[in-house]
Amino acid sequence: MLLILLQDYWGSLHTMSDQQLLLLAVFLPFAGAIGVMLCRRWPNLREAVTLTTAATVCVVVISLYLRFLDGALLAVDIAEPLPGLTIRFEVESLGMLFALVASTLWLITSVYAIGYMRGHHELNQTRFYALFAIAIGSTLGVAFAGNLLTLFLWYEILTIATYPLVAHAGTDEARRGARTYVGILLTTSIVLLLLAILITYTITGSLDFREGGILAGKLDPAWAGLLYALFIFGIGKAAVMPFHRWLPAAMVAPTPVSALLHAVAVVKAGVFTVLKVTIYIFGTDFITSSGANDWLIWFAGSTILLASLVAMTKDNLKLRLAYSTISQLGYVVLGALLATNMSLVGGALHISMHAFAKITLFFAAGAILVAANKSEVSDMGGLGRAMPITFGTFLIGSLSIIGLPPFGGMWSKWYLGLGTVESGQWLLLCVLLISSLLNIAYLLPVPVRGFFGKARDGTTYTHIREAPVSCLIAMMITSLACLLLFFYPDPFYELALNAAGGK
Amino acid sequence: MIEQHLSLLLVVVPLLAAPVTAILPSGRLPWLLTLIVTWLCLVIACWQLSVVIDGSVISYELGGWSPPWGIEYRIDAMNAFVALIVSAIAAITLPYALLSVEKEIPLHQTSLFYSIFLLCLVGLLGITQTGDVFNLFVFLEISSLSSYVLIAMGEQRRALTSAFQYLIMGTIGATFLLIGIGLVYAETGTLNMVDLNQRLHPILDHRTVHTGFAFIVVGIALKLALFPLHLWLPNAYKYSPSVISVFLAATATKVAVYIMLRMVFGVFSNDFVRITPTDHMFLLLGVFGVILASVAAIYQTDVKRLLAYSSIAQVSYMVLGMGLASVLGITATLVHVFNHALMKGALFMACGALVYRVGSSRFEKLNGLGRQMPWTFTAIFIAGLSLIGIPGTAGFISKWYFVRAALEQQSWFIALVILLGSLLAVVYMWKIVEVMFLRPVSDTALSVKEAPILLLIPMWVLVIANIYFGINTELTVNVADSAARLLGVAAYHE
Repeated sequence: MLLILLQDYWGSLHTMSDQQLLLLAVFLPFAGAIGVMLCRRWPNLREAVTLTTAATVCVVVISLYLRFLDGALLAVDIAEPLPGLTIRFEVESLGMLFALVASTLWLITSVYAIGYMRGHHELNQTRFYALFAIAIGSTLGVAFAGNLLTLFLWYEILTIATYPLVAHAGTDEARRGARTYVGILLTTSIVLLLLAILITYTITGSLDFREGGILAGKLDPAWAGLLYALFIFGIGKAAVMPFHRWLPAAMVAPTPVSALLHAVAVVKAGVFTVLKVTIYIFGTDFITSSGANDWLIWFAGSTILLASLVAMTKDNLKLRLAYSTISQLGYVVLGALLATNMSLVGGALHISMHAFAKITLFFAAGAILVAANKSEVSDMGGLGRAMPITFGTFLIGSLSIIGLPPFGGMWSKWYLGLGTVESGQWLLLCVLLISSLLNIAYLLPVPVRGFFGKARDGTTYTHIREAPVSCLIAMMITSLACLLLFFYPDPFYELALNAAGGK
Repeated sequence: MIEQHLSLLLVVVPLLAAPVTAILPSGRLPWLLTLIVTWLCLVIACWQLSVVIDGSVISYELGGWSPPWGIEYRIDAMNAFVALIVSAIAAITLPYALLSVEKEIPLHQTSLFYSIFLLCLVGLLGITQTGDVFNLFVFLEISSLSSYVLIAMGEQRRALTSAFQYLIMGTIGATFLLIGIGLVYAETGTLNMVDLNQRLHPILDHRTVHTGFAFIVVGIALKLALFPLHLWLPNAYKYSPSVISVFLAATATKVAVYIMLRMVFGVFSNDFVRITPTDHMFLLLGVFGVILASVAAIYQTDVKRLLAYSSIAQVSYMVLGMGLASVLGITATLVHVFNHALMKGALFMACGALVYRVGSSRFEKLNGLGRQMPWTFTAIFIAGLSLIGIPGTAGFISKWYFVRAALEQQSWFIALVILLGSLLAVVYMWKIVEVMFLRPVSDTALSVKEAPILLLIPMWVLVIANIYFGINTELTVNVADSAARLLGVAAYHE
């Protein structure tokens, strides 16, 4: 019976035209949000709506992926708000990679969130699930944006939709955090990014994403560095220092938000935009020939190191992870800025590899909060023996972030390293290596302390059990994925290679 | 042939209805008549725009006296566009007015209220129709005098002082305008706009013409609430009845912007703006207006006053557009005239809904009301996003054109000021959002219910229009562009 239903469902996806499928991927989460709001009186039904929507979006994105592999041209214009500038969706390799990551992780996070939100007795859960769906819809909008205007549109909607999620708790702290969050993200996007977009449009008369970029030959190379800087800093979601403060501030949000949105969707939307601008607006050749990246790479390099150093000083686990994210985002930005084939492959791969690893860490942090009500690393001594699965997955996630085999994180670091060699930036290679050491220094103490340490007051935890089952399932899936991605990174690798120019 | 008479009908219909409304018994009957009249005006305005949208001009000779001796009503795309804005806002405001007016205006005054409302509409529509500068002055006085009365009808006694303040400032402005028109008339012997433009051309260097121009610009600037002549506006918007705040905020300053454009660029000329320091003055005052009024808005503790200061800032954007004195700049100004009417209309309607439920628009009364009145709150939120200029809303389109107009002339500073202005808008709109969404609900407010559906529907029509015209700009951009070209503004060349 169920099988026939599934078959029907699959069949109906098959009969859809490419355009319909593409629109479905972006707008289905919004429909899901409405469904969640309608079911607000029946929590179980409401969660069922979330799960169904997430699963369907996942299937839709995967079938888009299959069609994309078949070479279908997936593009659709939905409106023309400004003469000659359309709202356009188009699937290309990089966006496909990002969409795959975001949609699969949404499904997993939904499973996790149900256990977490109930276990933690959060208020306003309907609003939470509805806005979560909208945020994912916007993320897919960013991923499939067919030109810079569309990308900017969804980028801003994503900021707005996540604001109430950050302010979720409604406390003074949450209000302050949310204010910093929206303040920095809107400021950078309105003053710097929009200005950069408008300058690009004034110069070229176009905002299309094109192979080889649209600026080459139209912009005086002397100004390229400045415009590129406007883009890099204007994309505040990429959290390049000094515009990183919003990310730690966003950690007041419930953990599923930090896990999916502030380790995957929102921040990856930022670095994804950086990659898109690099590859399709500037064009890698133009960047290297004009020297637009000469001094910017040092911003990325110092972000990587400084954020790691700050992470070491943070005792609050979520804050430590936030600074770790800033540092890891720096990797992707660096990959974009170096603008060589290998570095771009590494940067693009890192979007997916870091996503799976970091979400595991956040899941574990949330599980510790729900089960043991602890958020400070120094309080976690001995906790690992009471919660072995949680701390075990945390260990796996950490190893992947550090970049050790046999975990997926190794590949992206490998290609990034090759990228620095390819462009002759030995100093940056050192930065990457030192950063890996720093990763060890701030991530591994958590599981080590958990498994081998003692609680400060000497208690052994007998009353504490593992987090709710749905949380555990989610953590195990993502940590398994980290392992799997080492042996089988091909889908992501192919897409990354394709986006980087595939030479 | 009826097309010829459309321009006159737009003035005559509400003018005839006004005295009829006054003698109707108080109650819902005057409202119904006003509603019918405003909808009729909207239909006529749409029709009129559809006739002139291709760039043609309707010329109507009042009483059969041919211009330049008789009064000419002369409609091109810009006139029709502004007339459409005014009548559309009136038509959307009227369904909203029913409940709001019953709550805020004593029953025995309602027929007078609607009668004066119609007179105000006559004035505003008349300004957009006429091609004669003295006739324009007369209509401006009709609309001003009636708006003084409408503002004075506010519930609180402060409404009287606010109306008086506005009366003094408005009268000075009107006098300046009249003096200016008189001086120009003395020099040219004509009052017809087209005729004036031609006759002024050879004598643009005359002292008297310059003096007249200065008087005219200052007079209109008062009506426009251009910084630093804006002092009358915050109180006038704050203490007037909610419906009047909506109507005036969405139309009165827009019509003043139209007058400024028509007089400065239509009667005088783009060249005149460039040889005199007018463009620099516009830019200077616009920059100060955008920054200072936005900063002032941040420090308000009352939603209505906050929105009023925001209006001053938004008008300053339009003045910046004029100061850029190019096709793109004027297009931006006209697009913003339309879009700002949409956003401020929606915001003041939401504000009126709050006043309807809790009797005040002060922040301390609104704590946590977002949860009690979700639809009103969401309306404020979306219209606020439009005010900030988030993509996907009408405000973004305006901002896009303003910044492009500035970049086209390499005016980096102006471009930055425009973007900075929208940042300041983030700050003041977020103050409202935090008060309504994040502060805990006070005990007294727990019983507050969502606004009645009759207030919500017009509000949401405007909110949806904010999104619609952010995605489909065929109407706004095309009309604004052709209107800017018809004004004889040259495209900017380096």
